[in-house]
Amino acid sequence: MTSTYRYLPDTKHDQEEMLAALNLSTVDELFSDLPSDIRMDHELNIPEAVPEPLLMKKMQQLSSINKHANDYPIFLGAGTYDHYIPSVVNHMISRSEFYTAYTPYQPEISQGELQAIFEFQTMVCELTGMDAANSSMYDGFTSLAEAASLAVASTKRPRVLISKSVHPESRAILNTVSDGQGYKVEEAELNVDVTDLKNLKEQIDMDTAAVIVQYPNFFGSIEDLQEIKHIAQDKGALFIVSANPLALALLEAPGKIGADIVIGDMQPLGLPMSFGGPHCGYFAVRKKFMRNLPGRIVGQTKDVNGKRGFVLTLQAREQHIRRDKASSNICSNQALNALASSVCMTALGKQGIRHMAQLNFEKADYMAKRLEDKGYKIKNRSPFFNEFVIELPTAVKEVNHTLFEAGIIGGYDLEKDYGFKNQMLVAVTEQRTKEEIDHFVETLEGAVHG
Amino acid sequence: MVEYNELIFEISRSGRIGSSLPESDVPKVNLQNKLPDHLIRTELAELPEVSELQLVRHYTALSNKNHGIDNGFYPLGSCTMKYNPKINEDVARLEGFSRIHPYQPVETVQGALKLLHELQEDLAEITGMDAVTLQPSAGAQGEWAGLMMVKAYHKQKGEKRTKVLVPDSAHGTNPASATVAGFRTVTIPSNGDGLVDLEELKKHVDDDTAALMLTNPNTLGLFEKEIIEIAKVVHGAGGLLYYDGANANAILGKTTPGKMGFDIVHLNLHKTFTTPHGGGGPGAGPVGVKKKLIPYLPVPRIEKQNDQYFLNDNQPLSIGRVKGYYGNFGILVRAYTYIRTMGPVGLRQVSESAVLHANYLRKKLEPYFDSPFSQVCKHEFVLSGSRQKKLGVRTLDMAKRLLDFGCHPPTIYFPLNVEECLMIEPTETESKETIDAFAEVMIQIAKEVEGNPDIVLDAPHTTTIGRLDEVQAARKPVVRHSKEKTEEGKAESVKS
Repeated sequence: MTSTYRYLPDTKHDQEEMLAALNLSTVDELFSDLPSDIRMDHELNIPEAVPEPLLMKKMQQLSSINKHANDYPIFLGAGTYDHYIPSVVNHMISRSEFYTAYTPYQPEISQGELQAIFEFQTMVCELTGMDAANSSMYDGFTSLAEAASLAVASTKRPRVLISKSVHPESRAILNTVSDGQGYKVEEAELNVDVTDLKNLKEQIDMDTAAVIVQYPNFFGSIEDLQEIKHIAQDKGALFIVSANPLALALLEAPGKIGADIVIGDMQPLGLPMSFGGPHCGYFAVRKKFMRNLPGRIVGQTKDVNGKRGFVLTLQAREQHIRRDKASSNICSNQALNALASSVCMTALGKQGIRHMAQLNFEKADYMAKRLEDKGYKIKNRSPFFNEFVIELPTAVKEVNHTLFEAGIIGGYDLEKDYGFKNQMLVAVTEQRTKEEIDHFVETLEGAVHG
Repeated sequence: MVEYNELIFEISRSGRIGSSLPESDVPKVNLQNKLPDHLIRTELAELPEVSELQLVRHYTALSNKNHGIDNGFYPLGSCTMKYNPKINEDVARLEGFSRIHPYQPVETVQGALKLLHELQEDLAEITGMDAVTLQPSAGAQGEWAGLMMVKAYHKQKGEKRTKVLVPDSAHGTNPASATVAGFRTVTIPSNGDGLVDLEELKKHVDDDTAALMLTNPNTLGLFEKEIIEIAKVVHGAGGLLYYDGANANAILGKTTPGKMGFDIVHLNLHKTFTTPHGGGGPGAGPVGVKKKLIPYLPVPRIEKQNDQYFLNDNQPLSIGRVKGYYGNFGILVRAYTYIRTMGPVGLRQVSESAVLHANYLRKKLEPYFDSPFSQVCKHEFVLSGSRQKKLGVRTLDMAKRLLDFGCHPPTIYFPLNVEECLMIEPTETESKETIDAFAEVMIQIAKEVEGNPDIVLDAPHTTTIGRLDEVQAARKPVVRHSKEKTEEGKAESVKS
């Protein structure tokens, strides 16, 4: 052991002094409790250490193999979106007082984090129209599964009903989770681009713990939450809405329409796509479910001198207290990403977020119209937010190839998840310029008719 | 310096903005023409309205009220609060990593897939496992994913085993994960040496035992010396061995869970592999398995053929998905960078140094605090505050007193099987001077307990806020700010 490694400060002298204090002569003696047959007799077979300048170069090379959204206008969405992230976001989350801290178990020296989470919870409640939110979850998909589990536990009913218009990964994770917890998941059929309400009415019964829909749904369409709420309510099932938080700047808050639980992912607000993670799930509920929330919650209180302060609260729900009686095993949150999202929402502000959402709405509308003008069919019958489905004359894979050759990353192929042949889900965020949209449309023309 | 105690909502003024977006370059669309009225938002969300500088001052002020590793010593046991290297942060932010979409064609993200594939291989080597999934986003999720594989494995063999054994010193997530995976938990008591009581274990192991979950070294910082015998007992009854890798910082390059006989391992990359804790996350909890469990790993698997990397969904026995996309990629990039920085010798020295530091610090503190276990410890150790409790000062008070010295306190009151427990993990990245200085502070506090207990009982004295009323917070929860509150200057509580 020497000071060859910059993260290891022990000098030879330090090491000798520490060993002397322990009356030992070698560090190996500290491992005498490892039975000899399980000890390593050789170094790990992994690549040798790389000095920082060379490593930086190597990592830059590795990253540059990937084609990224700075060089290629991207029309992929399907749950992860290319939105503008104000510069302040990265600067604020790079304050190492935030990012090198643990969960705020010692509130006296964690007031910054605790207050930031309290503010995050407030912003989530504001957007969703709900009464209480937790400090965040792994991602929107796992939030949805936790919401379903909450509904099953609190209604004591054995089954949840989820629309096929909910993200396929949400449904996949829900299947894994429900398999562990022992409840059933049933899928509600589609009526083209939205949940089939007639079918939903037939499928729901007194065993249904919750109805789960997405808003806007996986195809970008805006489900009629009011109708679905009535169907759920009639049978006493909880109403769970997975919502894109940016869309909520324009769309009526699910809380106002009677949702019991609203979950989703904050990625559109301040988080890089980062190949799918880390993102940041949010989880908001009505008052009556506050004590059933999974994960960490920050609450306001006072210190011994009556000064306002913040602490982790309602911990009696959590795994470290309840152990095998806990209703969720989550023991962390995505605090730094929740902070990033809070900073982004603060930068956008009350008016800016609406402006950003409106840009998404208008650009998607413009692109859809241009495509329709060219004779393409848009599959969405319902209004959509920033995503929609185009029917193509050829395979999506081929079209995407042509688009890529023209410097564009195309949309999502719906065949694998839905069996919809030649149908592409396209996302148009505020990042896409009119020129980029026109370029896409013209390239598509060339690919199909060229 | 004026104290800053405002909420972002309280400095908000109508008409201010902290960002600038372009005007639309496409035709305006009226929402009313597209959507039914009942789906159009009429009341705007009350997000803050502040200028960019106000935003920056606000969050900078908050950061100044937070203690991170970069601020000072953070010996929080079982959390491995080691230095979070800066290059990792820079690499994760490279546009070729941060600006790629998870559904891009695989040909366009070969660099990302190569990194993930190599990380899988490195972690398999480090843990002595045959394959690794990077999908789980935290230790707890890794545990659950691992237990779901245990369940699938037994099911495939036509068995329905219902019992998961967990020692009394285990992390709280172990029994909670067992419950959400659909198992019941049986707690195995420790013996007088703080290790799993082998005789007790034998009593509980039977043909209904799905798995034993074990942390080794355990949460007392002690190595389970009888691990080979433990593995034999569990395997003998057809059960599997699950390794909680929260404490892997002690074993890098010294031994592997694979050599110990474990079948499944999760690692906390935010502990052993330096990715930042971020104030509670995001982290990453990859899971490694032995060959017999490979078919049950979550999908998609990241695979390599003829130098091309691809995603494989076709695994009929897989437990399915556990997390969106491919895991917390940005965190995985950081861990990969760290492993490349250290190499095999560096990683071994990490564990050697971590263990040396823990034993050295314990030796310095033993005369002043009760030390329940005398054998050599690994990367962390526990002390008991029972001697001080007799003098009317509890471990919580001593923890609060540490705050006055700019130290984050150790983990307290855990594990549950040690009275007034202090669990201390100095980590390898701290210098001897820092460890010596911490020991001096602890000794001073021990002396204060004897001579001037009030200074400890009333601590902290130097923080921006005093001890907080947690009972009030839980009894009348206020978990959000509401606008009316600003006007009345008073909180409206959300009643449950």
